[in-house]
Amino acid sequence: MDNNKSWIDQRFPLTKVWNEHLAEYYTPRNFNFWYFFGSLAMLVLVMQIVTGIFLTMHFKPDAANAFASVEYIMRDVDWGWLIRYLHSTGASAFFVVIYLHMYRGLLYGSYKAPRELIWILGMVLYIALMAEAFMGYVLPWGQMSYWGAQVIISLFGSVPVIGPDLLIWILGDYAVGDPALNRFFSLHVIALPLILVVLVFLHIVALHTVGSNNPDGIEIKKNKDKNGIPKDGIPFHPYYSVKDIVGVVVFLMIFSAVVFFAPAMNGYFLEHANFVEANPLKTPDHIAPLWYLTPFYSVLRAIPPMFGSQFPGVVGMFAALLILLALPWLDRSKVKSIRYRSWPYKAALAIFVISFIVLGWLGMQPVTELNALLARIFTVAYFGFFILMPWFTSIGKTKEVPARVTE
Amino acid sequence: MSGQEIDLKKRRFLTNATSVVGAVGVGFVAWPFLSSWMPSARAKAAGAPVDVDISKLEPGQLVRVLWRKKPVWIFKRDTTTLANLEMFTDEDLADKDGTKDSKSQQPAYITQSHRAIKAEIAVMVGVCTHLGCSPTYRPELGAADLGGDSWKGGFYCPCHGSKFDLAGRVYAGVPAPTNLVVPPYHFVSDSLIRVGVDPKAS
Repeated sequence: MDNNKSWIDQRFPLTKVWNEHLAEYYTPRNFNFWYFFGSLAMLVLVMQIVTGIFLTMHFKPDAANAFASVEYIMRDVDWGWLIRYLHSTGASAFFVVIYLHMYRGLLYGSYKAPRELIWILGMVLYIALMAEAFMGYVLPWGQMSYWGAQVIISLFGSVPVIGPDLLIWILGDYAVGDPALNRFFSLHVIALPLILVVLVFLHIVALHTVGSNNPDGIEIKKNKDKNGIPKDGIPFHPYYSVKDIVGVVVFLMIFSAVVFFAPAMNGYFLEHANFVEANPLKTPDHIAPLWYLTPFYSVLRAIPPMFGSQFPGVVGMFAALLILLALPWLDRSKVKSIRYRSWPYKAALAIFVISFIVLGWLGMQPVTELNALLARIFTVAYFGFFILMPWFTSIGKTKEVPARVTE
Repeated sequence: MSGQEIDLKKRRFLTNATSVVGAVGVGFVAWPFLSSWMPSARAKAAGAPVDVDISKLEPGQLVRVLWRKKPVWIFKRDTTTLANLEMFTDEDLADKDGTKDSKSQQPAYITQSHRAIKAEIAVMVGVCTHLGCSPTYRPELGAADLGGDSWKGGFYCPCHGSKFDLAGRVYAGVPAPTNLVVPPYHFVSDSLIRVGVDPKAS
C-alpha cells in the first residue's frame, strides 16, 4: 500500500493534495449551523450534473419536440419522473443553499480582507448559476419557458444603439424560437457547467490559501502553536467531513420530502403555466420568473422608463447584482463578525434582508399601484445598504474582539 | 552583436509583436463562431408575408396570426371605440400623436390617431414595447381592475402592467416606453389583408 502511494506521489502530488485540502487543512473549531451550506452547494452541483447527464439522454432540444420529450421523460421513461424532479427541485435547492451561504458571508464578514477574491469568485459563480438556471428553465418549452425567455432576452434589446442587433444575434432569429432553444441547450449542458466547475475549483483554492473565516471573525492563523498549527484549528478531515455528513443527511431528508410530495412546490419550483406548451400568440395572464430571480426582477419593474427607453430599469437590475462585488471595499468596519459589530450595521443588515425578501415576494405578484410603490421603496432600501455602507460601518461602537475563538 | 549580450528592447518588441499578431489571429478565428449565432439562411427566409381573411370579423373581435414568429392582432373597432380614442389627452398617453419617442413605431402612411389604414380595422404587432410579452385584449369599458371608469378599453400587459389604448398607444407612467408597432400591411381586397407588405404607391 505504502509502496503504491509513494509510486503515485513521485508522479502526482496525491498525499500533498490530500493533506493540504483535507487532513492538514486547519479549520476553525467554532463552526456553527451556517457553515453547512458550502459543502451542501457542492453536493447539489454534483447532483445536478448527474441528473442532467441522464435527462440529456432523453430530451430533444427542438422547439417542435422539446415539450413532448419532457412529457415523455415524465410518463414513459422508467424513473424519468424521479430524475427530472430531482433536477428541477435541485435547481431551487441550489439557490436556497447559495442564498444561505451568502447570508453567512454577510453575518460574519467573510468577504472582508483577506477573503475579497473568495467573495468575488463566489459572486461570479452566483451570476453564472443564475444564467444556468434561466437557460435550464427555457428547455421544457412551456409557456413560462417561452415568455420568460422573451422577457429576459428583451432586456438585451433595450441596450442603446446596438440593442436590436444584439437581440437578433442572441436569438439567432427575429423572435424566440428553435435557434434560441437549441443554443440555450448547448450553453446549459456544456458551456456553463464547465464554467461552474472551474469557478468552484478556484473558489476553493482561494479559500484554502487564506483559510476559513469563522463566527467570531478571528484569524486563527495569528495564533499558532510551536508546530505551526493554529491553536483554534482542527483538521477538516475527519472533523468537518464527518460533521458535514450530518448536514447532508438533514438536507436530503428535506430535499426528498419536496421531490416526492411537492415537486412543483405549488408553483414556486415549477410554475403552473409551464405545464402548457409554449404559445407565441398568448402570454399567460400572470407571469413571473422563478422565486430565486424575483428580487432583481422587482428592481427592474420598479424603475420607470426614462428618455423613451426601458434601459434604466435594466441597468438598475444588473447594478443590484453587480454592486455585491464591491462589498469588500464598501465595508469599513474594523471587525468582521456580527457578534462584535456596532448596532448601525446590525440594523442595516436587518433592513437589507427584509428588502431582499420583500422585493422577492413583490416580483411574484401582479403589478398594482401599491406594489409598484413598495417595490420602489425597497429598491431604494436595497441600494441604500450598499451606498451608505462606508458610513454606517464606520460609526457606532464595536465590541472588543477576543484573541481566541469562543465556544 | 557579440552573442553574449541580450538585447532586451528587441526581445520585448518581438514579444509584443507576436502577441499582437496572435490577438489578431484569435479575432479572425472567433469571427466564424460569433457569426454562427446570427439568423441562418433558413431563419431569414421564414419572414414571408401573411394573408388574413377579415370577412367574418365582428366588431370587437380580435384575431391573432403569426408573422415573422410574432403575434399580429387584427381587430375590428366600432364607432364608439373610435370616438373614445379621440377623448384621450396628452396627460393620459405618453405619445398621443406618435410624434415623439414613438415616431418609428408605424409606417409613414399611418398618420391618424386611430393608427390604421381603415379606421375600423386595426392591425398591430401584439408585442409589448417594454420587454416583449403579448398584452391581453381588454376591450370592456370601465374594467374594475384597470382603473374602473377611466378605462376606455385597450390592452393590458400582464408581465409588467403596461397599458395601451385600442389604437396601441401607450399610457403615460407605465413601463413600456413607446406605442405598439403597426406593421406594414395593405388591403388586397375589402376582405383580405396582407401583413408584411406596404400598400403600392398609388
